[in-house]
Amino acid sequence: MSVITIYVPGDAGALAVGADAVATAIVAQAQARGTAIKLVRNGSRGMYWLEPLVEVEVAGRRHAYGPVKARDVAGLFEANFLNAGQHPLALGETENLAWLRNQERLTFQRVGVTDPLSLSDYQAHDGVSGLRAALAMAPADIIKAVTDSGLRGRGGAAFPTGIKWKTVAEAAGTQKYIVCNADEGDSGTFADRMLMEGDPLLLIEGMTIAGLAVGATQGYVYIRSEYPHAERAMRAAIEVATAGGFLGADILGSRRAFTLEVRRGAGAYICGEETSLLESIEGKRGQIRFKPPLPAHKGLFGQPTVVNNVLTLATVPVILAKGAQFYGEYGRGRSRGTQPFQLAGNVKQGGLIEKAFGLTLGELIFDWGGGSASGRPVRTAQVGGPLGAYLPPAHFDTPLDYESFAARKAMLGHGGVVVFDDTVDMAAMARFAMEFCAVESCGKCTPCRIGSVRGRELIEHIMAGREVTRNLATLHDLCDTMISASLCALGGMAPFPVLSALEHFPDDFVRAGRDAA
Amino acid sequence: MTVTLSERQQATTRALAEHGAAPGALLPVLHAIQDALGYIPDDALDSIASHFNLSRADVHGVISFYHDFKHAPPARRVLRLCRAEACQSMGGAALEADLRKRLGLGPDEDVNRDGIAIEAAYCFGACACAPAAMLDGELHGRLDLETLTALARGEAELKA
Repeated sequence: MSVITIYVPGDAGALAVGADAVATAIVAQAQARGTAIKLVRNGSRGMYWLEPLVEVEVAGRRHAYGPVKARDVAGLFEANFLNAGQHPLALGETENLAWLRNQERLTFQRVGVTDPLSLSDYQAHDGVSGLRAALAMAPADIIKAVTDSGLRGRGGAAFPTGIKWKTVAEAAGTQKYIVCNADEGDSGTFADRMLMEGDPLLLIEGMTIAGLAVGATQGYVYIRSEYPHAERAMRAAIEVATAGGFLGADILGSRRAFTLEVRRGAGAYICGEETSLLESIEGKRGQIRFKPPLPAHKGLFGQPTVVNNVLTLATVPVILAKGAQFYGEYGRGRSRGTQPFQLAGNVKQGGLIEKAFGLTLGELIFDWGGGSASGRPVRTAQVGGPLGAYLPPAHFDTPLDYESFAARKAMLGHGGVVVFDDTVDMAAMARFAMEFCAVESCGKCTPCRIGSVRGRELIEHIMAGREVTRNLATLHDLCDTMISASLCALGGMAPFPVLSALEHFPDDFVRAGRDAA
Repeated sequence: MTVTLSERQQATTRALAEHGAAPGALLPVLHAIQDALGYIPDDALDSIASHFNLSRADVHGVISFYHDFKHAPPARRVLRLCRAEACQSMGGAALEADLRKRLGLGPDEDVNRDGIAIEAAYCFGACACAPAAMLDGELHGRLDLETLTALARGEAELKA
């Protein structure tokens, strides 16, 4: 009888709800029963309400059970789950779960499926095919494929990736760099983390292709310190990839070199801003730089540098493997391809949903998310992280693409959606937006450094009912100044959640004042 | 828990030897020292500064910029509570307030008399398992007051 493979995610989100205890219990039960099993710590499938999600592979098909607690494990063995036996936690075949089946997973095709650190597993699931294709192409053709696919920066700014690469390729420099921005600090976002933990070899492949395209031989992955699991996974994957010969001095026998180093952030949100990030890698305070010069011209150590988000780089391999046209056929308008959306907060079924751009916010929250976790009415959703707008239910018909969100004074950002029920106090959320900006401001420009502190004070005055009309007018003025005069997106966009709360939920501010009076 | 001068010097020397040669290596060096000692002692600044040909003030400037770096030994147990929006949407703020009461911490106090500290953090990427907290590098999600209190006090079989 062949050894049965059991999958228990090693993803940080799954670990947070007890995956390690489940894995330990499974190993103990199997030992006690004298059953040989192979335990794989895969990435998460992204159905977090079902984590820890245990899968058993029977005759080549995977059967899911979840959410499993350590104390359920003995019962699962009793129910013969090693042969896909019935149990109250049984969910059926993983592939048949509607939540997964209805997604369009291109970037996340392997996350949760493979053993994250197995090169053979990676290659057996179409890994490395993008890199092989790229090695056979001229750099200009790689860039053309990325440009033609319509891929735009997934970190939030949505700048066309191909154009950025072309700029770096054409810039003169003795040593060019590929920098991966893995400083995923926005609340409600976790796709970068999931990808680095669940398919780290993919990010390596994407960065290597970027290096080939622009002529860079050195790359850095800058990972925030709040992601220790992702950091460990990336470091281990770099070792595996180097040992396997697809990273290092001679990539797959091509005599072309690319080496990668992981750098850990140190708890500064601002280091997700690309120029702050570069300063931080250089060993300095993470203060932003004036632009121009663009990092593409003068980036890391003054050299031409590609700075891309994890998802952007991790999407490149599928474009090279299957062609620009294949990828570009997904999406709508100028938002081409797929976006790994992240649904979180007060929602029944939170997790990762990779879909072509264009489904609506409401579909995401209700059809995928099943509404609020509390069972109360959904009052608002913040999209795009702490600098993103709060949208009211009247705007839940907004299609999830860059332009539709911009038209509603909102932004899609990195694709994170945080759901709130009707107990939320929007004046408090507006105050938090300013408070967060004050805590995380790098201090370089006055509108952000001082404006955020003053913004919080003003909202506190309003909440306390002090000179509400006058303070509201001043707050609008202040937001205007911050938006127009801040050097980067932190000060320049922190007013968006505030202004959207004021516009869509004005009663919360007045009520706060009345209650206090 | 005190760290002796020789332990401090050893950690600094080792960090500089192991990490100091890479380009822009100040952060990796600082992380290595803090990983070893729990903080970055003031008396390490001179050797770090001279290694990188920086002024003491430059090094201090970098340490003080980043929330992670501590200049004094940490509390016995530090619970990092996420305060970001997703955790707030699941009652994170009320949970923190209740926990503070249980630990006997005022709104502006960080460490209680048993050496248990609460520290603010902004997002661990467990937003679909909110509210979340981190203790000794381990992430915990879907927290309620009982679990959180047990975590803070270092009690109980967790997550079983």
